[in-house]
Amino acid sequence: MSAGVGVNLENLWIRFGDFVAVRDANVNINGGDFFSFLGPSGCGKTTILRAVSGFLEPSEGNVLIGGNNMKGIGPNKRPTALIFQNLALFPLMKVWENITFSMEIKGASAKERRKRADELLDMIALSGQGDKLPSELSGGQKQRVAIARALCAEPDVLLLDEPLSALDLKLRQHMRSELREIQKRVGITFIYITHDQGEALTMSDNVAVMRAGVIDQIGDGKTIYNDPNTAFAASFVGENNVFRGTVKKVIGDEVMINTNRSGDLMARISSSNVGKMKEGDDAMLFIRPEAFSLAPLGTQGDHFVTAEVHKEEFEGNVFNIFMEGEGGKEMKVSLPNLGQSFESHKGEPMTLEYDVHNAVALPAGVLATE
Amino acid sequence: MPRFLREYFNRNGVGLGSIMLGLVLFWTIGLIILPQLSMLDFSFRPNLPPPEIGGPKDLYTLENYKYLIFGPEGGSQDYNAVDLKVFYRTLIAAVLVTLFNLMLCYPIAYYLAQTNGNHIRILALMLIIPYWINEILRAFALRIIFGESGVLNNLLVGMGVFDTPFDFIRNDIALYAGLGYAYILLMIFPIYNVIESLDRNQIEAARDMGASWTRIHRRVVIPYAKPGISSGCTMVFMLSAGALAAPQILGGPSSLWFTQLIYQQFNDNSDWPQGAAYAVVLLVTCILLVLALMRVFKVNMGDIGK
Repeated sequence: MSAGVGVNLENLWIRFGDFVAVRDANVNINGGDFFSFLGPSGCGKTTILRAVSGFLEPSEGNVLIGGNNMKGIGPNKRPTALIFQNLALFPLMKVWENITFSMEIKGASAKERRKRADELLDMIALSGQGDKLPSELSGGQKQRVAIARALCAEPDVLLLDEPLSALDLKLRQHMRSELREIQKRVGITFIYITHDQGEALTMSDNVAVMRAGVIDQIGDGKTIYNDPNTAFAASFVGENNVFRGTVKKVIGDEVMINTNRSGDLMARISSSNVGKMKEGDDAMLFIRPEAFSLAPLGTQGDHFVTAEVHKEEFEGNVFNIFMEGEGGKEMKVSLPNLGQSFESHKGEPMTLEYDVHNAVALPAGVLATE
Repeated sequence: MPRFLREYFNRNGVGLGSIMLGLVLFWTIGLIILPQLSMLDFSFRPNLPPPEIGGPKDLYTLENYKYLIFGPEGGSQDYNAVDLKVFYRTLIAAVLVTLFNLMLCYPIAYYLAQTNGNHIRILALMLIIPYWINEILRAFALRIIFGESGVLNNLLVGMGVFDTPFDFIRNDIALYAGLGYAYILLMIFPIYNVIESLDRNQIEAARDMGASWTRIHRRVVIPYAKPGISSGCTMVFMLSAGALAAPQILGGPSSLWFTQLIYQQFNDNSDWPQGAAYAVVLLVTCILLVLALMRVFKVNMGDIGK
């Protein structure tokens, strides 16, 4: 369909009194992209969404939609449609009236509205349910009605404020692929707010990771997962094991870190930090649970870690091993279940190996769980 | 024992349960139903001097009701034009007062319910505190404001709006204002209660889809607030139609309120059966009117209680 309308945030600041909710955000969202803002609650992601939809005027900076500055343009005049976290369906209107409310405003006849409602109901697989009240629908159906209502307004940009958070896990996973599907079909720009990194990674073309009003990193899911910019992004997106220490030696884009408890370990410097880490700096080394493999016990070297096994878990597709980690925290290792026999090593030391390329070194920073 | 009663006693215990049930029954039967039934009984009896009560002449009759419609037997007119006119004028005025009250109170209730902050509590207090003053004093205060040499006339004449003082009382403006003011809270609070529970996201959703404020109110807020609106309107209508103090104090000399006629029958004419008949007619008409309007606006009885 359409090539899609892009959204740009330029030097966006949003303050509430002394509190800075959004600090100098610069984001370019391509037309037709599925773009997610990912961050813990209170990081300012919903505030950004409200600024794009027009419910909130930024303190400084600009919101551009399709290249047009939206300053002073109210939410009812912007080419955006917002799907609320609680959906905000109108409880006293029938489903078809809910869906076509935006047409009613434009003065479309009941017949036209009914026809469009039936088309959209077909699209969201709710044919023939138009005469029900929202209260007669299940959670997932309400979800789809909210999407249809927003799409009926034919917005250039669809804004979604954690719309899946109220659903149970199964439905949530199903709705993820459905949302992605719908977005591909209508071809408009989706801006999606979530604190669930799984949602962000599976659905989005690009993700912005936010922390305390600051955007730490913007990139596609793979880049964010494999090549985080900051310690926060590394620890918030997916599971990660952290080793703290100081930089001992920098060799090109790799670095040797003298870790507090596992000796000297080698890692790849995250690409945005190449050239910025120098000897003596406080550093953090991140290794994903799935990046480890077993090694002969007691092997020494700059990509081997030995620690005592605390707990073992069989999850089906993986064996999870929780080992003694740093500062009382556990280090998680996930070994794929390839049908190999697996002996318990509980209470015993174990040696693990990793590929230096899969270990990421970053300047020390705030972690997501802290 | 029916199930709901057994559950009720299980929940509250026999002792407390009996006391509460007894009080409620005493309240509804002893203080409301029985006195009304006795009024109904009065309304069908002739007005007799005390010695003849219970005597051979004390027979049920429709005379008192006929009087309202046809006037005194052998009277000069075919109909009791004077009393009937007062009757329907009272009803129309009560409807107008209710509408006026609704238009005034809906925005206030909406504002109170959808705005946060301390000033809302202060505003609510400012609405409530005047009601600590009793009704008669409030009515007289309005009389002072609206009187011929009252505050308002002094102001308007002083500003040159009128050359001579305007007679607010003879033109019933003081009466409408007094009745409107008397029941403001009964209109505001039911509406406030309902609107407060309206999810603000619904308003934003409508706004996001391009709806104007009038449409948001017409399609989202008012349908949602309908139970509160009907509850408030019912109360204000019933109480205005049955008001006595405000019409007595603020009404013009030529505009009688139907309740004043009832009062005259009971008090001045000592004709209790006639007064009772008038009161029954007023009550039944008001109830029928309310039920008819509820039907028209598709309001359920259960909604009124919200």
